[in-house]
Amino acid sequence: MNALTVKNISVTYDKQPALEQVNFSVPQGSLTGIIGPNGAGKSTLIKAVLQLIPKSSGDVSVYENPLKQERNRIGYVPQRSEVDWDFPTNALDVVLMGRYGHIGMFKRTKKKDKRWAADCLAKVGMESFADRQISQLSGGQQQRVFLARALAQNADIYFMDEPFAGVDAATEKAMIKLLQEWKEEGKTVLVVHHDLQTVRSYFDHCLLLNKTPIAFGPTDRTFTYDNLQKAYGGALSILAQESSFLGKGG
Amino acid sequence: MQELLELFQNPNARWVLFGSILLGFASGLIGSFVLLKKQSLIGDAMAHAALPGICIAYLIYGVKSTPLFLLGAAVSGLIATYLIQAIVNHSRIKTDASIGVVLSVSFGIGIVLLTYITRHSGGNQAGLDDFIFGQAAAMVRSDVQMIAVGSLLIILLTSLLFKEFKISTFDPQYAKGLGLPVKGLNAILMVLVISMVVIGIQMVGVVLMVALLITPPLAARYWTDRLEWMGFISGLIGAVSGWIGTAISTMGEGLPTGPLIVLTASSIFILSLLFGLRKGLLIKGVQRI
Repeated sequence: MNALTVKNISVTYDKQPALEQVNFSVPQGSLTGIIGPNGAGKSTLIKAVLQLIPKSSGDVSVYENPLKQERNRIGYVPQRSEVDWDFPTNALDVVLMGRYGHIGMFKRTKKKDKRWAADCLAKVGMESFADRQISQLSGGQQQRVFLARALAQNADIYFMDEPFAGVDAATEKAMIKLLQEWKEEGKTVLVVHHDLQTVRSYFDHCLLLNKTPIAFGPTDRTFTYDNLQKAYGGALSILAQESSFLGKGG
Repeated sequence: MQELLELFQNPNARWVLFGSILLGFASGLIGSFVLLKKQSLIGDAMAHAALPGICIAYLIYGVKSTPLFLLGAAVSGLIATYLIQAIVNHSRIKTDASIGVVLSVSFGIGIVLLTYITRHSGGNQAGLDDFIFGQAAAMVRSDVQMIAVGSLLIILLTSLLFKEFKISTFDPQYAKGLGLPVKGLNAILMVLVISMVVIGIQMVGVVLMVALLITPPLAARYWTDRLEWMGFISGLIGAVSGWIGTAISTMGEGLPTGPLIVLTASSIFILSLLFGLRKGLLIKGVQRI
């Protein structure tokens, strides 16, 4: 069964096309890496799919229903740089925001929501930072808080925008472990990812993107030299010289 | 001291003081969001733009009627907000410059209209001058009632939507992802801020109204790292400023209320900046040693 189906999404910024005719379907229980050069529209794609920005055309269905009906099954982890970390709030409060969709408008947060949020914070190894003001957390810790917030939503499909950017190695490892657990629970995860070296070990599916999809499918078949060349153009040869991320299958 | 005590004996003055406390609390509470959304300047433009609205309302109806004045203020405040956005959307001018232009032009129009009215139609009696810097002493009971009811409504609505305002201020994209009507929430907040400005100008005046929105939360931020507490402390600071400023203003002859309220709030801000528990200068200095 497909957890997510994206049909013909196009987005324009200032009359310039940012995404053109993006089509793909993500099977349930898969871990997909969205890969492409800078400016390829990776974040734009996530935001357009989630209807956070207007798109010029296209349709999104989640478990074969329109996205609007399934909002509570969707978790989103934005880029860390998109919020003001000086905001007067602590780690537990941020995680609690993951429950707001379930609590509903006008209603107050209850004890059970706070306990739930505290559990999620513990799952990412941050329980001792619950009362910490968020600007006093390291980059990796801030990303863990965002992850705990997504966890608190208890969603079925997760969209993550560069979750590994600027985090320490231990955090990256802990996060990947959590993503794999989600996958085993039958959850579906899409991750905007930058580091080509780790693609093969992290993701079972790949979407190669450069304004329009270059390839989508299981990583073995899509993460090939030819496809990367198409997506990255000339920049790839420099990348390829420095590393052997393509492995033997490439 | 004697005079201060006498003030509490006078029923009209008591009403005015009560109104100023509520006004200050509401303003400090909602001002927390204005500050965190970085919309202080828009608030300032709205307040300045209220002046031409008041003048036009007077020119059309020719009588002093607070509800009509406030209606005029609300309409011109909304037009100013719309203009600021329209200029940003349709030109290469950035928001700060756009606010600067709209603010000064509308205040200029307001002053011209005001001068015309005072010269030609006995506007002095209408007390229009009082809207520039605020004049609590000129307020009658119905004015105070409107301030009290308006402030209570604003406090109530902000408390009801506190959680939603919080998330859509901190992380609007994420809030949208949760399915919250972020655009609608922003619109509600904007309407609340305009209402706040409009009911506050009679007491604080168009020139300084934004200071009552922004100074209390600025001071409160030095005492807490939690938005819930910040809103509450900011409200208290606003209330105390309103109370002290109005009391002093009503005691003296013709002392404008707005500047006194704002001076009180600013003194509290300076004290907070120096002695605040969260990143106050003193604490920071001690920590460095």
